[in-house]
Amino acid sequence: MRADLELIYDWVPADARILDLGCGDGTLLAALAKHKNVTGYGLEIDPDGIAACLGKGVNVLEQDLDDGLDNFVDDACDLVVMTQALQALRRPDTMLDEMLRVAPECIIAFPNFAYWKHRLHLTFRGRMPVSRSLPHAWYDTPNIHLSTFQDFANLCRAKGITIVDQAVGSADHEGHWSSRWWPNLFGETAIFRVRRGR
Amino acid sequence: MTASFPSDSVGLVTPQTATFESPLALACGKTLERFELIYETYGELNAERSNAVLICHALSGHHHAAGYHDVEERKPGWWDAYIGPGKVIDTNRFFVVSLNNLGGCHGSTGPASLNPETGREWGPTFPVMTVADWVHSQARLADRLGIECFAAVVGGSLGGMQAMQWTIAYPERVANAAVIAATPRLSAQNIAFNEVARQAIRSDPDFHDGWYAEQEAIPKLGLKLARMIGHITYLSEHSMGSRFGRDLRSDQLNFGYDVEFQVESYLRHQGDTFSTRFDANTYLLMTKALDYFDPAGQHGGDLAAALAPVACPFLVVSFTTDWRFAPARSRELVTALLRAGKSVSYVNVDSPHGHDAFLLPNDQYEAVFGSFMQRIHDDIERRHSSTGEHR
Repeated sequence: MRADLELIYDWVPADARILDLGCGDGTLLAALAKHKNVTGYGLEIDPDGIAACLGKGVNVLEQDLDDGLDNFVDDACDLVVMTQALQALRRPDTMLDEMLRVAPECIIAFPNFAYWKHRLHLTFRGRMPVSRSLPHAWYDTPNIHLSTFQDFANLCRAKGITIVDQAVGSADHEGHWSSRWWPNLFGETAIFRVRRGR
Repeated sequence: MTASFPSDSVGLVTPQTATFESPLALACGKTLERFELIYETYGELNAERSNAVLICHALSGHHHAAGYHDVEERKPGWWDAYIGPGKVIDTNRFFVVSLNNLGGCHGSTGPASLNPETGREWGPTFPVMTVADWVHSQARLADRLGIECFAAVVGGSLGGMQAMQWTIAYPERVANAAVIAATPRLSAQNIAFNEVARQAIRSDPDFHDGWYAEQEAIPKLGLKLARMIGHITYLSEHSMGSRFGRDLRSDQLNFGYDVEFQVESYLRHQGDTFSTRFDANTYLLMTKALDYFDPAGQHGGDLAAALAPVACPFLVVSFTTDWRFAPARSRELVTALLRAGKSVSYVNVDSPHGHDAFLLPNDQYEAVFGSFMQRIHDDIERRHSSTGEHR
Protein backbone atom coordinates (compact mmCIF):
# COMPACT_ATOMS: atom_id res chain seq x y z
CA MET A 1 0.00 0.00 0.00
CA ARG A 2 1.11 3.58 -0.68
CA ALA A 3 2.81 5.21 2.31
CA ASP A 4 0.05 7.79 2.88
CA LEU A 5 -2.62 5.07 2.67
CA GLU A 6 -0.78 3.00 5.28
CA LEU A 7 -0.77 5.89 7.71
CA ILE A 8 -4.47 6.54 7.06
CA TYR A 9 -5.20 2.83 7.46
CA ASP A 10 -3.81 3.06 11.00
CA TRP A 11 -5.85 6.16 11.79
CA VAL A 12 -9.22 4.66 10.79
CA PRO A 13 -10.95 3.08 13.79
CA ALA A 14 -12.38 -0.45 13.55
CA ASP A 15 -16.05 -0.82 12.58
CA ALA A 16 -16.17 2.72 11.17
CA ARG A 17 -18.50 3.67 8.33
CA ILE A 18 -16.38 5.64 5.90
CA LEU A 19 -16.47 7.46 2.60
CA ASP A 20 -13.32 7.44 0.46
CA LEU A 21 -13.32 10.35 -1.98
CA GLY A 22 -11.19 9.51 -4.98
CA CYS A 23 -10.79 5.90 -3.88
CA GLY A 24 -8.74 4.77 -6.90
CA ASP A 25 -8.64 1.01 -7.21
CA GLY A 26 -10.19 0.55 -3.75
CA THR A 27 -7.02 -0.74 -2.04
CA LEU A 28 -7.61 1.20 1.19
CA LEU A 29 -11.33 0.34 1.47
CA ALA A 30 -10.69 -3.33 0.70
CA ALA A 31 -7.95 -3.58 3.35
CA LEU A 32 -10.08 -1.76 5.92
CA ALA A 33 -13.07 -4.00 5.19
CA LYS A 34 -11.01 -7.14 5.48
CA HIS A 35 -9.02 -6.39 8.63
CA LYS A 36 -10.95 -3.69 10.50
CA ASN A 37 -14.58 -4.47 9.66
CA VAL A 38 -14.93 -1.04 8.10
CA THR A 39 -17.88 -0.48 5.74
CA GLY A 40 -18.48 2.31 3.28
CA TYR A 41 -18.32 3.63 -0.22
CA GLY A 42 -15.65 4.90 -2.54
CA LEU A 43 -16.19 7.71 -5.03
CA GLU A 44 -14.20 7.59 -8.24
CA ILE A 45 -14.41 8.74 -11.85
CA ASP A 46 -11.62 6.70 -13.41
CA PRO A 47 -13.22 3.73 -15.26
CA ASP A 48 -10.29 1.40 -14.54
CA GLY A 49 -10.37 2.31 -10.85
CA ILE A 50 -14.12 1.66 -10.74
CA ALA A 51 -13.75 -1.76 -12.38
CA ALA A 52 -10.93 -2.64 -9.95
CA CYS A 53 -13.13 -1.68 -6.97
CA LEU A 54 -15.98 -3.85 -8.26
CA GLY A 55 -13.58 -6.77 -8.62
CA LYS A 56 -12.59 -6.34 -4.96
CA GLY A 57 -16.17 -6.11 -3.76
CA VAL A 58 -15.68 -2.47 -2.77
CA ASN A 59 -18.83 -0.32 -3.09
CA VAL A 60 -17.90 2.33 -5.61
CA LEU A 61 -19.91 5.21 -7.03
CA GLU A 62 -19.03 7.02 -10.22
CA GLN A 63 -19.29 10.56 -8.99
CA ASP A 64 -17.40 13.76 -9.72
CA LEU A 65 -16.31 15.36 -6.45
CA ASP A 66 -16.82 18.81 -7.95
CA ASP A 67 -20.56 18.01 -8.06
CA GLY A 68 -20.57 17.83 -4.25
CA LEU A 69 -21.92 15.18 -1.91
CA ASP A 70 -25.62 16.02 -2.16
CA ASN A 71 -26.57 12.34 -2.29
CA PHE A 72 -25.26 11.86 1.25
CA VAL A 73 -27.26 13.05 4.23
CA ASP A 74 -25.73 14.89 7.21
CA ASP A 75 -23.66 12.48 9.32
CA ALA A 76 -24.10 9.73 6.74
CA CYS A 77 -20.89 8.17 8.01
CA ASP A 78 -18.24 8.35 10.75
CA LEU A 79 -15.29 9.44 8.67
CA VAL A 80 -14.49 10.82 5.22
CA VAL A 81 -11.11 10.09 3.66
CA MET A 82 -9.65 11.97 0.73
CA THR A 83 -6.19 11.33 -0.65
CA GLN A 84 -4.52 13.19 -3.51
CA ALA A 85 -7.75 14.86 -4.66
CA LEU A 86 -8.06 18.11 -2.70
CA GLN A 87 -5.68 19.97 -4.99
CA ALA A 88 -7.65 18.94 -8.10
CA LEU A 89 -11.00 20.28 -6.87
CA ARG A 90 -12.63 23.46 -8.13
CA ARG A 91 -13.35 24.59 -4.56
CA PRO A 92 -11.33 22.71 -1.94
CA ASP A 93 -12.73 24.93 0.82
CA THR A 94 -16.40 24.15 0.13
CA MET A 95 -15.55 20.47 -0.24
CA LEU A 96 -14.03 20.57 3.22
CA ASP A 97 -17.36 21.92 4.53
CA GLU A 98 -19.22 19.17 2.63
CA MET A 99 -16.96 16.48 4.06
CA LEU A 100 -17.53 17.72 7.59
CA ARG A 101 -21.28 17.80 6.94
CA VAL A 102 -21.50 14.10 6.01
CA ALA A 103 -19.13 13.02 8.80
CA PRO A 104 -17.85 14.56 12.03
CA GLU A 105 -14.26 13.76 11.10
CA CYS A 106 -12.12 13.52 8.00
CA ILE A 107 -8.64 12.60 6.90
CA ILE A 108 -7.09 14.51 4.03
CA ALA A 109 -3.82 13.87 2.24
CA PHE A 110 -2.41 16.14 -0.46
CA PRO A 111 0.97 17.07 -1.97
CA ASN A 112 2.76 19.74 0.05
CA PHE A 113 3.82 22.45 -2.37
CA ALA A 114 6.27 23.87 0.17
CA TYR A 115 8.33 20.64 0.12
CA TRP A 116 12.01 21.64 -0.07
CA LYS A 117 12.58 20.06 -3.47
CA HIS A 118 9.68 22.05 -4.93
CA ARG A 119 11.13 25.21 -3.40
CA LEU A 120 14.52 24.51 -4.92
CA HIS A 121 12.99 23.73 -8.29
CA LEU A 122 11.14 27.04 -8.36
CA THR A 123 13.98 29.07 -6.89
CA PHE A 124 16.85 27.84 -9.01
CA ARG A 125 15.19 26.74 -12.22
CA GLY A 126 12.51 29.40 -12.17
CA ARG A 127 9.96 26.91 -13.34
CA MET A 128 6.89 25.23 -11.88
CA PRO A 129 8.02 22.20 -9.90
CA VAL A 130 7.64 18.78 -11.49
CA SER A 131 8.33 15.88 -9.16
CA ARG A 132 7.27 12.42 -8.11
CA SER A 133 4.28 13.84 -6.20
CA LEU A 134 3.53 16.52 -8.81
CA PRO A 135 4.32 14.78 -12.09
CA HIS A 136 2.38 17.06 -14.49
CA ALA A 137 3.42 20.09 -16.52
CA TRP A 138 1.77 23.39 -15.55
CA TYR A 139 -0.51 23.39 -18.60
CA ASP A 140 -2.03 19.93 -18.29
CA THR A 141 -1.99 19.37 -14.56
CA PRO A 142 -5.27 18.40 -12.86
CA ASN A 143 -3.81 20.03 -9.73
CA ILE A 144 -5.41 23.45 -9.96
CA HIS A 145 -5.32 24.33 -6.26
CA LEU A 146 -1.90 23.51 -4.94
CA SER A 147 -1.30 24.40 -1.32
CA THR A 148 1.15 23.86 1.48
CA PHE A 149 1.00 22.07 4.78
CA GLN A 150 0.84 25.47 6.44
CA ASP A 151 -1.87 26.79 4.09
CA PHE A 152 -4.18 23.94 5.01
CA ALA A 153 -3.59 24.39 8.72
CA ASN A 154 -4.46 28.08 8.30
CA LEU A 155 -7.67 27.24 6.39
CA CYS A 156 -8.77 24.93 9.20
CA ARG A 157 -8.08 27.64 11.75
CA ALA A 158 -10.05 30.19 9.72
CA LYS A 159 -13.00 27.81 9.40
CA GLY A 160 -12.97 26.83 13.06
CA ILE A 161 -12.04 23.25 12.25
CA THR A 162 -10.07 21.27 14.83
CA ILE A 163 -6.86 19.58 13.70
CA VAL A 164 -6.74 16.29 15.61
CA ASP A 165 -3.61 14.91 14.03
CA GLN A 166 -1.15 15.93 11.38
CA ALA A 167 1.68 14.17 9.67
CA VAL A 168 3.81 14.26 6.59
CA GLY A 169 4.80 11.33 4.52
CA SER A 170 7.06 10.30 1.72
CA ALA A 171 8.95 7.18 0.86
CA ASP A 172 12.25 8.72 1.99
CA HIS A 173 11.36 10.98 4.86
CA GLU A 174 8.62 9.20 6.75
CA GLY A 175 9.31 9.32 10.46
CA HIS A 176 12.50 11.32 9.92
CA TRP A 177 13.14 13.93 12.63
CA SER A 178 13.28 16.72 10.10
CA SER A 179 9.76 16.12 8.81
CA ARG A 180 8.43 16.03 12.36
CA TRP A 181 9.98 19.37 13.20
CA TRP A 182 9.61 21.19 9.88
CA PRO A 183 6.74 19.43 8.16
CA ASN A 184 6.08 22.37 5.85
CA LEU A 185 9.62 22.08 4.52
CA PHE A 186 10.39 18.36 4.69
CA GLY A 187 6.98 16.78 4.09
CA GLU A 188 6.29 15.68 0.53
CA THR A 189 2.74 14.67 1.34
CA ALA A 190 0.68 16.42 4.01
CA ILE A 191 -1.83 14.38 5.98
CA PHE A 192 -4.39 15.95 8.31
CA ARG A 193 -7.02 14.47 10.53
CA VAL A 194 -9.60 17.15 11.31
CA ARG A 195 -12.83 17.34 13.28
CA ARG A 196 -15.91 19.49 12.94
CA GLY A 197 -15.90 22.55 15.27
CA ARG A 198 -13.40 23.75 17.81
CA MET B 1 -24.16 -31.42 -40.56
CA THR B 2 -22.44 -30.17 -37.44
CA ALA B 3 -23.68 -26.84 -36.23
CA SER B 4 -20.93 -24.25 -36.22
CA PHE B 5 -21.53 -21.51 -33.72
CA PRO B 6 -19.01 -18.97 -32.41
CA SER B 7 -16.80 -20.48 -29.68
CA ASP B 8 -18.09 -17.98 -27.12
CA SER B 9 -21.72 -18.90 -27.82
CA VAL B 10 -23.81 -21.20 -25.66
CA GLY B 11 -24.67 -22.84 -28.99
CA LEU B 12 -27.88 -24.69 -29.63
CA VAL B 13 -30.50 -24.20 -26.91
CA THR B 14 -33.93 -25.71 -26.41
CA PRO B 15 -36.62 -23.89 -24.45
CA GLN B 16 -38.46 -25.77 -21.71
CA THR B 17 -41.88 -25.21 -20.23
CA ALA B 18 -42.80 -25.41 -16.55
CA THR B 19 -46.47 -25.82 -15.62
CA PHE B 20 -47.73 -24.53 -12.29
CA GLU B 21 -51.02 -25.92 -11.03
CA SER B 22 -51.37 -23.94 -7.80
CA PRO B 23 -53.06 -20.53 -8.05
CA LEU B 24 -51.09 -17.28 -8.26
CA ALA B 25 -52.75 -14.29 -6.63
CA LEU B 26 -52.13 -11.11 -8.61
CA ALA B 27 -51.86 -7.46 -7.62
CA CYS B 28 -55.02 -6.61 -9.59
CA GLY B 29 -57.06 -8.85 -7.27
CA LYS B 30 -57.53 -11.65 -9.77
CA THR B 31 -55.96 -15.10 -9.56
CA LEU B 32 -54.32 -17.23 -12.21
CA GLU B 33 -55.46 -20.78 -11.37
CA ARG B 34 -52.71 -22.36 -13.43
CA PHE B 35 -49.97 -21.03 -15.65
CA GLU B 36 -47.02 -22.00 -17.78
CA LEU B 37 -43.62 -20.35 -18.03
CA ILE B 38 -41.30 -20.97 -20.94
CA TYR B 39 -37.61 -20.67 -20.11
CA GLU B 40 -34.10 -21.47 -21.20
CA THR B 41 -31.06 -22.32 -19.12
CA TYR B 42 -27.38 -22.04 -19.99
CA GLY B 43 -24.49 -23.56 -18.05
CA GLU B 44 -24.67 -26.04 -15.16
CA LEU B 45 -26.17 -25.65 -11.70
CA ASN B 46 -23.42 -26.54 -9.22
CA ALA B 47 -23.87 -29.12 -6.44
CA GLU B 48 -24.46 -26.39 -3.84
CA ARG B 49 -27.05 -24.75 -6.15
CA SER B 50 -25.35 -21.45 -5.47
CA ASN B 51 -24.38 -20.29 -8.97
CA ALA B 52 -27.75 -19.47 -10.53
CA VAL B 53 -28.25 -16.15 -12.29
CA LEU B 54 -31.73 -14.98 -13.24
CA ILE B 55 -32.08 -12.83 -16.36
CA CYS B 56 -35.17 -10.60 -16.42
CA HIS B 57 -36.29 -9.33 -19.80
CA ALA B 58 -37.42 -5.90 -20.97
CA LEU B 59 -40.58 -4.69 -22.71
CA SER B 60 -40.36 -6.74 -25.89
CA GLY B 61 -37.94 -9.37 -24.62
CA HIS B 62 -38.43 -13.07 -24.01
CA HIS B 63 -36.75 -16.23 -22.75
CA HIS B 64 -34.36 -16.56 -25.66
CA ALA B 65 -31.47 -14.51 -24.26
CA ALA B 66 -28.49 -16.41 -25.67
CA GLY B 67 -27.49 -19.01 -28.21
CA TYR B 68 -29.44 -20.31 -31.18
CA HIS B 69 -32.67 -22.29 -31.52
CA ASP B 70 -31.49 -23.94 -34.71
CA VAL B 71 -28.56 -23.85 -37.06
CA GLU B 72 -30.51 -21.70 -39.50
CA GLU B 73 -31.20 -18.96 -36.96
CA ARG B 74 -29.68 -15.76 -38.22
CA LYS B 75 -29.41 -13.87 -34.95
CA PRO B 76 -28.62 -15.30 -31.51
CA GLY B 77 -30.66 -14.53 -28.35
CA TRP B 78 -31.20 -10.88 -27.40
CA TRP B 79 -28.39 -10.67 -24.80
CA ASP B 80 -25.92 -13.00 -26.47
CA ALA B 81 -23.26 -10.26 -26.30
CA TYR B 82 -23.23 -10.68 -22.50
CA ILE B 83 -24.14 -14.34 -21.90
CA GLY B 84 -21.88 -17.21 -22.95
CA PRO B 85 -18.64 -19.03 -22.20
CA GLY B 86 -16.02 -16.45 -21.19
CA LYS B 87 -18.49 -13.58 -21.50
CA VAL B 88 -19.58 -11.19 -18.74
CA ILE B 89 -22.23 -13.64 -17.53
CA ASP B 90 -19.92 -16.60 -17.96
CA THR B 91 -21.84 -19.81 -18.58
CA ASN B 92 -18.73 -21.80 -17.60
CA ARG B 93 -19.28 -20.43 -14.10
CA PHE B 94 -22.94 -19.59 -13.79
CA PHE B 95 -26.21 -21.42 -14.33
CA VAL B 96 -28.26 -18.87 -16.21
CA VAL B 97 -32.06 -18.92 -16.17
CA SER B 98 -34.01 -16.78 -18.63
CA LEU B 99 -37.79 -16.89 -18.93
CA ASN B 100 -40.63 -15.27 -20.80
CA ASN B 101 -42.79 -13.36 -18.35
CA LEU B 102 -46.48 -14.01 -17.73
CA GLY B 103 -48.60 -12.09 -20.20
CA GLY B 104 -45.89 -12.54 -22.81
CA CYS B 105 -46.37 -13.80 -26.33
CA HIS B 106 -43.44 -16.18 -26.68
CA GLY B 107 -44.76 -19.28 -24.94
CA SER B 108 -45.62 -18.34 -21.34
CA THR B 109 -49.26 -18.01 -20.36
CA GLY B 110 -50.57 -14.78 -21.83
CA PRO B 111 -53.40 -13.10 -23.72
CA ALA B 112 -53.13 -15.59 -26.58
CA SER B 113 -53.52 -18.59 -24.21
CA LEU B 114 -56.85 -20.27 -23.54
CA ASN B 115 -58.73 -19.17 -20.45
CA PRO B 116 -59.68 -22.50 -18.81
CA GLU B 117 -62.83 -20.94 -17.34
CA THR B 118 -64.29 -19.84 -20.63
CA GLY B 119 -62.55 -22.14 -23.07
CA ARG B 120 -61.94 -18.98 -25.07
CA GLU B 121 -58.69 -17.10 -25.60
CA TRP B 122 -57.91 -14.67 -22.80
CA GLY B 123 -57.44 -11.81 -25.23
CA PRO B 124 -58.04 -8.44 -23.57
CA THR B 125 -59.40 -10.15 -20.43
CA PHE B 126 -55.95 -11.44 -19.46
CA PRO B 127 -55.17 -9.87 -16.09
CA VAL B 128 -52.94 -6.79 -16.16
CA MET B 129 -49.59 -7.91 -14.77
CA THR B 130 -47.32 -6.00 -12.42
CA VAL B 131 -43.59 -6.34 -11.88
CA ALA B 132 -44.38 -7.82 -8.44
CA ASP B 133 -46.60 -10.49 -10.05
CA TRP B 134 -43.79 -11.43 -12.40
CA VAL B 135 -41.32 -11.72 -9.55
CA HIS B 136 -43.69 -14.04 -7.63
CA SER B 137 -44.05 -16.23 -10.72
CA GLN B 138 -40.27 -16.24 -11.20
CA ALA B 139 -39.86 -17.36 -7.57
CA ARG B 140 -42.11 -20.33 -8.38
CA LEU B 141 -39.83 -21.19 -11.28
CA ALA B 142 -36.80 -20.92 -8.96
CA ASP B 143 -38.51 -23.35 -6.55
CA ARG B 144 -39.10 -25.74 -9.41
CA LEU B 145 -35.43 -25.58 -10.44
CA GLY B 146 -34.26 -26.08 -6.85
CA ILE B 147 -32.75 -22.61 -6.57
CA GLU B 148 -33.08 -21.25 -3.05
CA CYS B 149 -31.01 -18.16 -3.62
CA PHE B 150 -29.84 -16.60 -6.87
CA ALA B 151 -26.17 -15.61 -7.02
CA ALA B 152 -27.48 -12.65 -9.00
CA VAL B 153 -30.71 -11.31 -10.42
CA VAL B 154 -29.92 -9.21 -13.46
CA GLY B 155 -31.99 -7.08 -15.78
CA GLY B 156 -31.98 -4.09 -18.10
CA SER B 157 -34.79 -1.54 -18.44
CA LEU B 158 -38.06 -3.22 -17.35
CA GLY B 159 -35.84 -6.19 -16.44
CA GLY B 160 -33.95 -3.95 -14.00
CA MET B 161 -37.25 -3.16 -12.29
CA GLN B 162 -37.78 -6.89 -11.76
CA ALA B 163 -34.30 -7.22 -10.26
CA MET B 164 -35.15 -4.32 -7.93
CA GLN B 165 -38.46 -5.93 -6.98
CA TRP B 166 -36.72 -9.24 -6.22
CA THR B 167 -34.53 -7.57 -3.59
CA ILE B 168 -37.62 -6.08 -1.94
CA ALA B 169 -39.96 -9.09 -2.17
CA TYR B 170 -37.42 -11.89 -1.64
CA PRO B 171 -34.33 -10.33 -0.03
CA GLU B 172 -33.18 -13.72 1.27
CA ARG B 173 -33.25 -15.22 -2.20
CA VAL B 174 -30.97 -12.71 -3.98
CA ALA B 175 -27.23 -12.56 -3.26
CA ASN B 176 -26.58 -9.73 -5.74
CA ALA B 177 -28.62 -7.49 -8.00
CA ALA B 178 -27.65 -5.73 -11.23
CA VAL B 179 -30.08 -3.01 -12.26
CA ILE B 180 -29.16 -1.67 -15.68
CA ALA B 181 -30.65 1.28 -17.62
CA ALA B 182 -33.69 1.20 -15.35
CA THR B 183 -35.63 3.55 -13.12
CA PRO B 184 -37.40 3.20 -9.78
CA ARG B 185 -40.50 4.75 -11.39
CA LEU B 186 -41.59 6.09 -14.75
CA SER B 187 -41.73 9.82 -15.30
CA ALA B 188 -44.81 11.54 -16.73
CA GLN B 189 -42.96 11.72 -20.05
CA ASN B 190 -42.30 7.95 -19.99
CA ILE B 191 -45.98 7.24 -19.28
CA ALA B 192 -46.97 9.68 -22.03
CA PHE B 193 -44.92 7.78 -24.62
CA ASN B 194 -46.48 4.50 -23.46
CA GLU B 195 -49.95 6.00 -23.72
CA VAL B 196 -49.37 7.13 -27.31
CA ALA B 197 -48.20 3.60 -28.14
CA ARG B 198 -51.30 2.11 -26.50
CA GLN B 199 -53.60 4.52 -28.31
CA ALA B 200 -51.97 3.62 -31.61
CA ILE B 201 -52.83 -0.05 -30.99
CA ARG B 202 -56.26 0.47 -29.53
CA SER B 203 -57.42 2.80 -32.29
CA ASP B 204 -56.41 0.37 -35.06
CA PRO B 205 -59.67 -0.87 -36.70
CA ASP B 206 -58.18 -4.37 -36.62
CA PHE B 207 -57.83 -4.27 -32.83
CA HIS B 208 -61.48 -5.23 -32.21
CA ASP B 209 -61.26 -4.25 -28.53
CA GLY B 210 -58.56 -6.84 -28.11
CA TRP B 211 -60.51 -9.73 -29.68
CA TYR B 212 -58.62 -9.48 -32.96
CA ALA B 213 -57.54 -13.14 -32.88
CA GLU B 214 -61.15 -14.32 -32.94
CA GLN B 215 -61.72 -11.99 -35.88
CA GLU B 216 -58.64 -13.45 -37.55
CA ALA B 217 -57.19 -9.96 -37.71
CA ILE B 218 -53.93 -8.42 -36.47
CA PRO B 219 -53.75 -4.74 -35.52
CA LYS B 220 -50.56 -4.41 -37.51
CA LEU B 221 -50.76 -0.69 -38.10
CA GLY B 222 -51.20 0.05 -34.43
CA LEU B 223 -48.34 -2.24 -33.41
CA LYS B 224 -46.15 -0.74 -36.08
CA LEU B 225 -46.79 2.79 -34.85
CA ALA B 226 -46.28 1.73 -31.24
CA ARG B 227 -42.93 0.22 -32.11
CA MET B 228 -41.84 3.21 -34.16
CA ILE B 229 -42.56 5.52 -31.23
CA GLY B 230 -40.86 3.17 -28.81
CA HIS B 231 -37.85 2.79 -31.06
CA ILE B 232 -37.25 6.53 -31.16
CA THR B 233 -36.98 6.51 -27.37
CA TYR B 234 -34.49 3.63 -27.43
CA LEU B 235 -31.98 5.52 -29.57
CA SER B 236 -30.12 8.73 -28.85
CA GLU B 237 -30.29 11.77 -31.08
CA HIS B 238 -26.61 11.19 -31.75
CA SER B 239 -26.92 7.53 -32.72
CA MET B 240 -29.82 8.28 -35.07
CA GLY B 241 -27.90 11.18 -36.53
CA SER B 242 -24.71 9.25 -37.11
CA ARG B 243 -26.58 6.27 -38.59
CA PHE B 244 -29.00 8.09 -40.86
CA GLY B 245 -28.32 11.80 -40.74
CA ARG B 246 -30.51 13.40 -43.39
CA ASP B 247 -29.64 10.74 -45.94
CA LEU B 248 -32.25 10.23 -48.65
CA ARG B 249 -33.17 6.93 -50.26
CA SER B 250 -33.01 8.48 -53.71
CA ASP B 251 -30.94 11.41 -54.95
CA GLN B 252 -33.66 14.01 -54.89
CA LEU B 253 -36.67 15.26 -52.95
CA ASN B 254 -39.96 13.91 -54.26
CA PHE B 255 -42.26 16.47 -52.68
CA GLY B 256 -44.55 13.68 -51.49
CA TYR B 257 -45.27 11.54 -48.45
CA ASP B 258 -43.64 8.25 -49.37
CA VAL B 259 -40.47 7.19 -47.63
CA GLU B 260 -37.74 9.66 -48.50
CA PHE B 261 -35.34 9.87 -45.58
CA GLN B 262 -33.40 6.78 -44.54
CA VAL B 263 -34.56 7.19 -40.95
CA GLU B 264 -38.18 6.90 -42.13
CA SER B 265 -37.37 3.73 -43.98
CA TYR B 266 -35.59 2.31 -40.92
CA LEU B 267 -38.43 3.09 -38.54
CA ARG B 268 -41.04 1.68 -40.89
CA HIS B 269 -39.00 -1.48 -41.29
CA GLN B 270 -38.61 -1.84 -37.50
CA GLY B 271 -42.34 -1.30 -37.07
CA ASP B 272 -43.32 -3.75 -39.82
CA THR B 273 -41.09 -6.52 -38.49
CA PHE B 274 -42.34 -6.01 -34.96
CA SER B 275 -46.02 -5.98 -35.99
CA THR B 276 -45.80 -9.53 -37.32
CA ARG B 277 -43.97 -11.04 -34.38
CA PHE B 278 -45.42 -9.39 -31.31
CA ASP B 279 -48.87 -9.62 -29.77
CA ALA B 280 -50.83 -6.39 -29.34
CA ASN B 281 -52.45 -7.35 -26.03
CA THR B 282 -49.03 -8.30 -24.66
CA TYR B 283 -47.62 -4.94 -25.71
CA LEU B 284 -50.45 -3.13 -23.92
CA LEU B 285 -49.93 -5.22 -20.80
CA MET B 286 -46.15 -4.78 -20.71
CA THR B 287 -46.41 -0.99 -21.01
CA LYS B 288 -48.93 -0.99 -18.14
CA ALA B 289 -46.52 -3.00 -15.99
CA LEU B 290 -43.92 -0.33 -16.69
CA ASP B 291 -46.31 2.50 -15.79
CA TYR B 292 -47.47 0.87 -12.56
CA PHE B 293 -44.02 0.06 -11.18
CA ASP B 294 -43.38 2.33 -8.20
CA PRO B 295 -42.09 0.58 -5.08
CA ALA B 296 -41.94 3.93 -3.26
CA GLY B 297 -45.66 4.43 -3.87
CA GLN B 298 -46.63 2.22 -0.95
CA HIS B 299 -44.26 4.15 1.31
CA GLY B 300 -45.53 7.68 0.78
CA GLY B 301 -43.04 8.21 -2.03
CA ASP B 302 -40.07 7.30 0.17
CA LEU B 303 -37.94 4.99 -1.97
CA ALA B 304 -35.38 4.45 0.80
CA ALA B 305 -38.19 3.11 3.01
CA ALA B 306 -39.34 0.81 0.19
CA LEU B 307 -35.79 -0.52 -0.09
CA ALA B 308 -35.46 -1.22 3.64
CA PRO B 309 -35.74 -5.03 3.18
CA VAL B 310 -32.83 -5.12 0.68
CA ALA B 311 -30.07 -7.43 1.89
CA CYS B 312 -27.72 -7.70 -1.10
CA PRO B 313 -25.20 -5.51 -2.91
CA PHE B 314 -26.48 -3.62 -5.97
CA LEU B 315 -24.73 -2.71 -9.18
CA VAL B 316 -26.60 0.15 -10.84
CA VAL B 317 -25.59 1.03 -14.40
CA SER B 318 -26.83 3.89 -16.57
CA PHE B 319 -25.72 5.16 -19.97
CA THR B 320 -24.74 8.74 -20.69
CA THR B 321 -27.03 9.23 -23.72
CA ASP B 322 -30.03 7.25 -22.43
CA TRP B 323 -32.93 9.70 -22.31
CA ARG B 324 -35.69 7.10 -21.91
CA PHE B 325 -34.39 6.17 -18.44
CA ALA B 326 -31.77 8.84 -18.03
CA PRO B 327 -28.76 8.54 -15.67
CA ALA B 328 -30.58 10.81 -13.18
CA ARG B 329 -33.24 8.08 -12.78
CA SER B 330 -30.55 5.53 -11.87
CA ARG B 331 -29.03 8.03 -9.45
CA GLU B 332 -32.43 8.32 -7.72
CA LEU B 333 -32.19 4.62 -7.00
CA VAL B 334 -28.57 4.90 -5.88
CA THR B 335 -29.32 7.79 -3.53
CA ALA B 336 -32.23 5.88 -1.99
CA LEU B 337 -30.02 2.83 -1.47
CA LEU B 338 -27.39 5.06 0.19
CA ARG B 339 -30.02 6.56 2.47
CA ALA B 340 -31.19 3.07 3.37
CA GLY B 341 -27.56 2.19 4.19
CA LYS B 342 -27.32 -0.54 1.55
CA SER B 343 -24.33 -1.77 -0.44
CA VAL B 344 -24.39 -0.17 -3.86
CA SER B 345 -22.06 0.59 -6.73
CA TYR B 346 -22.95 2.91 -9.57
CA VAL B 347 -21.47 3.44 -13.01
CA ASN B 348 -22.59 5.83 -15.74
CA VAL B 349 -21.21 4.20 -18.87
CA ASP B 350 -20.11 6.43 -21.72
CA SER B 351 -22.07 5.33 -24.79
CA PRO B 352 -23.57 7.10 -27.80
CA HIS B 353 -26.34 4.50 -28.19
CA GLY B 354 -29.06 5.77 -25.85
CA HIS B 355 -31.28 3.29 -24.01
CA ASP B 356 -30.32 0.46 -26.39
CA ALA B 357 -26.75 0.65 -25.06
CA PHE B 358 -27.53 -1.94 -22.39
CA LEU B 359 -27.80 -4.60 -25.12
CA LEU B 360 -24.70 -3.61 -27.09
CA PRO B 361 -20.99 -4.40 -26.73
CA ASN B 362 -19.09 -1.65 -24.88
CA ASP B 363 -15.63 -1.99 -23.30
CA GLN B 364 -16.33 0.10 -20.21
CA TYR B 365 -19.69 -1.59 -19.59
CA GLU B 366 -18.14 -5.02 -20.03
CA ALA B 367 -15.26 -4.14 -17.69
CA VAL B 368 -17.44 -2.97 -14.79
CA PHE B 369 -20.21 -5.54 -15.24
CA GLY B 370 -17.56 -8.23 -15.77
CA SER B 371 -15.70 -7.26 -12.57
CA PHE B 372 -18.97 -7.39 -10.65
CA MET B 373 -19.76 -10.88 -11.97
CA GLN B 374 -16.16 -11.99 -11.36
CA ARG B 375 -16.42 -10.94 -7.71
CA ILE B 376 -19.70 -12.90 -7.39
CA HIS B 377 -17.93 -15.95 -8.78
CA ASP B 378 -14.99 -15.42 -6.38
CA ASP B 379 -17.43 -15.24 -3.46
CA ILE B 380 -19.04 -18.54 -4.47
CA GLU B 381 -15.64 -20.21 -4.79
CA ARG B 382 -14.44 -18.84 -1.45
CA ARG B 383 -17.57 -19.99 0.33
CA HIS B 384 -17.19 -23.48 -1.08
CA SER B 385 -13.54 -23.81 -0.14
CA SER B 386 -14.26 -22.59 3.41
CA THR B 387 -17.22 -25.00 3.89
CA GLY B 388 -14.95 -27.71 2.46
CA GLU B 389 -12.44 -27.10 5.28
CA HIS B 390 -15.11 -27.59 7.93
CA ARG B 391 -16.14 -30.98 6.59
